Amino acid sequence: METVVVGVVILGLLGLLFGFGLAMAGKVFAVDVDPRVEKLLDVLPGANCGACGNPGCSGFAEGLVEGRCDLNDCPVCSPEARKAAAEILGVEVGETERRIAVVHCRRETVPPRFEYHGVKDCAAAQIVYGGFTTCRYGCLGLGTCVEACPFGAMYMGEDGLPHIIEDKCTGCGNCVRACPRGVISLAPVSRDVHVLCNSKHPGKYTRDCCTHGCIGCKRCEKTCKHGAITVTDFLATIDYDKCVNCGECVEVCPTGAIGDVSLLRDRKPARERYAATAAQEG
Amino acid sequence: MARTFKGGVHPHDYKELSKDRPIEDAPAPDVVFVSLRQHIGAPSKPVVKPGDEVKKGQLIAEPGGFVSAACHSPVSGKVKSIKPRPHMMGTPVDAIEIENDGREEWAEECNVPADWEKLSVDELKKKIAAAGIVGLGGATFPTHVKLSPPPDKKIDAAILNGVECEPYLTADHRLMLEQPDRVLEGFRIIQRILGGVKGYIGIEANKPDAYMLMKEKAMKYPDIEVVMLPVKYPQGAEKQLIKAILDREVPSGGLPMDVGCVVQNVGTAAAVYDACARNVPLIERIMTVTGDGVERPANYRIRIGQMLTPILERSGLKEGVRKLIFGGPMMGLAQAGPDIPLAKGNSGVVAMMEAPLFEPRMCIRCSRCVDHCPMGLEPSVLSLLSEARRYLEMAEHDVLDCIECGVCTYICPARRPIVQQIKIGKQKVLEARKKK
Repeated sequence: METVVVGVVILGLLGLLFGFGLAMAGKVFAVDVDPRVEKLLDVLPGANCGACGNPGCSGFAEGLVEGRCDLNDCPVCSPEARKAAAEILGVEVGETERRIAVVHCRRETVPPRFEYHGVKDCAAAQIVYGGFTTCRYGCLGLGTCVEACPFGAMYMGEDGLPHIIEDKCTGCGNCVRACPRGVISLAPVSRDVHVLCNSKHPGKYTRDCCTHGCIGCKRCEKTCKHGAITVTDFLATIDYDKCVNCGECVEVCPTGAIGDVSLLRDRKPARERYAATAAQEG
Repeated sequence: MARTFKGGVHPHDYKELSKDRPIEDAPAPDVVFVSLRQHIGAPSKPVVKPGDEVKKGQLIAEPGGFVSAACHSPVSGKVKSIKPRPHMMGTPVDAIEIENDGREEWAEECNVPADWEKLSVDELKKKIAAAGIVGLGGATFPTHVKLSPPPDKKIDAAILNGVECEPYLTADHRLMLEQPDRVLEGFRIIQRILGGVKGYIGIEANKPDAYMLMKEKAMKYPDIEVVMLPVKYPQGAEKQLIKAILDREVPSGGLPMDVGCVVQNVGTAAAVYDACARNVPLIERIMTVTGDGVERPANYRIRIGQMLTPILERSGLKEGVRKLIFGGPMMGLAQAGPDIPLAKGNSGVVAMMEAPLFEPRMCIRCSRCVDHCPMGLEPSVLSLLSEARRYLEMAEHDVLDCIECGVCTYICPARRPIVQQIKIGKQKVLEARKKK
């Protein structure tokens, strides 16, 4: 009986002692965590995609509080989340349009230069003899971008090209970085007219390897009333700040290298919509 | 104890196909395409323009930086154009097109005998740099850079690499057999430039005739030792050769000069001799054409820049060749077709009738690649990391020390494309380093 009492008393005293010690240590060595970090973590997407350049969302939240990062660094945030985060931080953010990935290739129409049997990865294929496609700028079609997508917003279509699910794409840019040939870029979600080619080959070479490649004829550049298109190195590029989705360039492009992706995104063709708004405005 | 290194494999070497074929002149080209990117480092800068008349051995492109090399016209004739041409790496590269007038006129001061023993070390180095010599074993590193180690690195040994461990290739073997004096004199020039250091000539045991001949010829030079090395791939890799001959280990990320030695290929030594004792720049080299895809395997003396197709025709290229490789089968580069101008680094072309395909399977962790890796890496781990796209973690497993010899892929029972996976990792790690 006595031993039990002694045991209980000693353990009890030890417990009190350590408890007191811990309580003191908690006070003395307390680390001040900005309460805003916790709150920010609740509103940030939590995808830990790394697109902002931080090792995940918590790193980004700390960066925001410390003033290292800018809210616009996170491409994944929805406008509502961004607004909520801005409130927590007590800052104002300008409206930025959501950007999504666009694949600038419709795949070459001639057989590949050689049979490739190596690792099924675009970066690996690119280091073997400069890639197996005749067009050295086009999509290799091995799906490295699809595997890089942390949101399941991409899939390989039957046409051998990666496709983007508009609703799921957050514009994090992981696919852009994964593509060894720079075929993918980010564009504002409201723009439906894109140059669906990445070839900087001279026009003749492009024609030889692809029926719908950009040959650099500059008809789009001359046609565009808004000065949104420039042709450099036999390739047209659209300035999305100037583009109004009128679709004139799509009409004049002789090869179909400039395309309207509206139908793929369940919208009416860009040209029709532009005509409708123009009529409304009179 | 046999002098060797850890790891390695023993593939059948197929050297019997071409090792008894004497070196013959390749058909003279009608036109040559001298590529401006035939070496490691900055591309050369052309100093001629279309329409210029050039003589054989005339300078047509100067080095484009410190680590770069000059190019010379291998024929006399007229410069036609400077345009991108096919290149063995797959992406077109600017090349100087010269039409051969067939007169074979040498440029001034070229092909004039000189007494190299009277020249100073600096003069010799200048001659080597001016001759555009690069490592002819295949890595094509500019030789004059290799022969100018920084003053804080003390060099006490030079190694002449006559190992030729890649299967099929016999160009170095024939060179040693037919022109041993050229090779040996060239090596003596290299020894002299490095400060009269001790020289070693490493030759694999599958070339006993070359070993005996070199040994006999080297008898009169007490500071040259000819070493017979066991047959094992990759015995001819720089770091493995140093380990085998000198028992020194090049540190991770280091160069042979860090352990006080310089390795040169026998072909390079012959080119050094030509530059210093004959005033002939690097415009020719020996190249093996072999494999079961040609009727008549042979060793050719080719002009730098001549097209491969006529040479293959001369050797009787068979119908239905499945694979054409520049270099040996272990480390060589497969080509999409034969319409490629040859360059300084082309030691051989292997044509194969069969190219078996293997479906890679899961790694069974048998560790054969680890046992055989001559660099002491863990290829299985690197392969798995690469497959999972965790490239940056590969740096922690010393992916950058990989010499891409292909032993792991050769030995893998699951037929995994390990070297290719490692190559991607190396590329990604280097890219990440560059960004920092």
